Amino acid sequence: MSQMNMIQAINSAHLLMMEKDPSVVVLGEDVGYFGGVFRCTDGLQKKFGEHRVIDAPIAEGGIISTAIGMGVNGLRPVAEIQFADYIYPGFDQIVSELSRLRYRSGGEFFSPVTIRTPCGGGIRGGQTHSQSPEGIFSHISGIKTVMPSNPYDAKGLLISAIESDDPVIFFEPKRIYNGPFDGDPDKPGVSWSTHPMGEVPKGYYNVPLGKAAVVEEGDELTIICYGTIVHVAQAATRLTGVRAEIIDVRTLFPLDIDTLKKSVEKTGRCLVAHEATRFCGYGAELVSSVQQECFWHLEAPIERVTGWDTPYPHAFEWKYFPGQQRIAAGIRKVMEAG
Amino acid sequence: MTQKPYLHIPRPTARPGEVPDFSYLKLSDAGAVDRPPVTEKAKNIEYLSHQLVRVLDEQHEAKGPWDPSLDEAALVKALRYMVLTRAYDDRMQRVQRQGKISFYIQSLGEEAISIGQGLALAPDDMLFPSYRNQGLYILRGTRLVDMMCQCLSNTGDMCKGRQMPIMYQNRDKNIFSISGNLATQFPQAVGWAMGSAIKGEKHIAASWVGDGSTSEADFHYALTFAAVYQPPVILNVVNNQWAISTFQGFAGGERRPFAARGVGLGIPGIRVDGNDLLAVYAVTCWAAERARNGHGPTLIEHVTYRGGAHSTSDDPSRYRPKDEWAAFPLGDPMDRLIQHLIKLGHWSDENQTALEQETKTIVDDAWKEAVSFGTMSEPPFLDAQLMFEDVFKEMPDHLKRQRDELLALTGDTP
Ligand SMILES: Cc1ncc(C[n+]2csc(CCOP(=O)(O)OP(=O)(O)O)c2C)c(N)n1
Ligand SMILES: [Mg+2]
Repeated sequence: MSQMNMIQAINSAHLLMMEKDPSVVVLGEDVGYFGGVFRCTDGLQKKFGEHRVIDAPIAEGGIISTAIGMGVNGLRPVAEIQFADYIYPGFDQIVSELSRLRYRSGGEFFSPVTIRTPCGGGIRGGQTHSQSPEGIFSHISGIKTVMPSNPYDAKGLLISAIESDDPVIFFEPKRIYNGPFDGDPDKPGVSWSTHPMGEVPKGYYNVPLGKAAVVEEGDELTIICYGTIVHVAQAATRLTGVRAEIIDVRTLFPLDIDTLKKSVEKTGRCLVAHEATRFCGYGAELVSSVQQECFWHLEAPIERVTGWDTPYPHAFEWKYFPGQQRIAAGIRKVMEAG
Repeated sequence: MTQKPYLHIPRPTARPGEVPDFSYLKLSDAGAVDRPPVTEKAKNIEYLSHQLVRVLDEQHEAKGPWDPSLDEAALVKALRYMVLTRAYDDRMQRVQRQGKISFYIQSLGEEAISIGQGLALAPDDMLFPSYRNQGLYILRGTRLVDMMCQCLSNTGDMCKGRQMPIMYQNRDKNIFSISGNLATQFPQAVGWAMGSAIKGEKHIAASWVGDGSTSEADFHYALTFAAVYQPPVILNVVNNQWAISTFQGFAGGERRPFAARGVGLGIPGIRVDGNDLLAVYAVTCWAAERARNGHGPTLIEHVTYRGGAHSTSDDPSRYRPKDEWAAFPLGDPMDRLIQHLIKLGHWSDENQTALEQETKTIVDDAWKEAVSFGTMSEPPFLDAQLMFEDVFKEMPDHLKRQRDELLALTGDTP
């Protein structure tokens, strides 16, 4: 075991997979010599050479489409898109090609591409460095979507993503790269070394795709969330004193409905929270699935706390971000209802 | 022995700790490149895309057919705006370091492009800049206070707090809103120019992207539409040798100059010394005259060097030699214009010191005024209700509800 932040954990997953499987290649803007603008691929080019860790032209559509071609040719590409906000030039290749290749070819062709991309707000990045587009991609049939909330899961899930023969989009909440963030920007930053999930094995292990984690047990309310919001929800729960069960879905698709069901059947109440905008957001799928599975156990309407339905602003970051206060208000609302 | 297939991996000529080497840059002598008539067909002027139009020579004299013969007043005006742009950048860079603004991007070493081109274009020509064209805003009379307020996201912010610093706009002065997504403005400028032609107007459009950004599909959309419809547009590639950590070879610059990207489509491409204000001005006048008179688009590559970090989030000492700029063969655009003015007898060190003092005062005063509209940590603060406006022309009901929910939570009344 050793202490790792999320960047080191992601780096370690790359390193192990590249050592284990010579077909794993990495490509993206600034990922090679420089090691990535967030340093997730630091040192990889030195170790594995310029043919396996490839600095790409600034063309996200080019990165994703060439990754697809490499995948068809037997490689296992891990493509970095510098910010999730810049993934859209590659949208057509993801939606029309990567996700449907296996289907349209009757199972003859596939491309096991993993797309990693930093997402989410809280870094004063404004509308072009803060987006949470996981819902858009979870809506596409044929793509798996993942968002870890800590270093241990980040490494284990990334290994599973790379090993998966299905394409995976791996969202990295950049606000918690260096430490957990409870939603209070005025508190001094905390590092992962003080967090149990900052303990990461040096060697190989995986966290399976499609398995949610119960982060905190409770019997009064189920909070379903992922990414940065897991930590904010934990803090919000303490504000309210409610005995909430906090579930980190970790893999958005495929969704581990069994874990959600078990919890909501026990608590009878449910709150869903994410940073992304609300309308047609991933939370809508969570609410719908829980409603369908647990309707007769619910004692109150399911509540949603999300980013507002506007682009991510620069000036009002902490009024936009669904922080402790808003989640606590949501918790009180569910507890008072019914 | 046969060689296995391999990838060509572009490598910059020097990495940190190594001696800068610009031997890859093909230079022409000042005055050496012919200036064709603006009516000339693209296929007859392909030489312009691989030579380098230069006017100022090593002795700081203006040479050859591209010399725009600017008078003293015009030259001094150009210098003033270059010095002001640099003073503005310098101040904003420092306030970012002090934590007063969240982010900043300088145009250090590239000032001649925005200023030279801005001077060559007409006020109602529409500009679609990249984030490194602050000189265009300054030249067209955007108040420094307004630009600073944008960077501060304060109550004077033209973007109402929505955008990161440096994402300016100036609708009155015909300068488009800057996007953080690279190259998107390039085909939009082509569309604007198509609109101008459809409406039968004489206004032209101009846009700018960096060398790295030419890899994006949007760059190619722009060139294709420009080639097909021949609209009145000037498309500029600012080749400052670096994207972030990747040099221009990663955008294909090792093969042919960026100016030659137009040639395959039949668009004239001109490669110009981007640090020579006179040359930049002259080629822009040439391209604008072509566009205005129905001879279609022009692609201009400005050869320059990014004198500073990519942005305040970047540390270039990790990927390029610290002294690379000092070794750049095309020098510093501001110094070159100063030396030219001195040579002509229009300028002196005393004039320069006085100008720098004056611009510093202008910038200082603007900053004092800007912070009176608030900073990120000091009031007055923008009204958070603004967050919900302008998503649509009229605020839909669900946003009104979300706004009221926020106001109820923060204790403000709707
Ligand atoms: C679509 C998109 N992809 C990636 C980025 C991140 N990014 C911002 S600037 C930059 C480098 C651009 O280099 P260049 O085009 O040469 O312009 P310069 O900064 O040198 O002026 C990158 C990769 C972005 N802003 N937008
Ligand atoms: Mg560049």
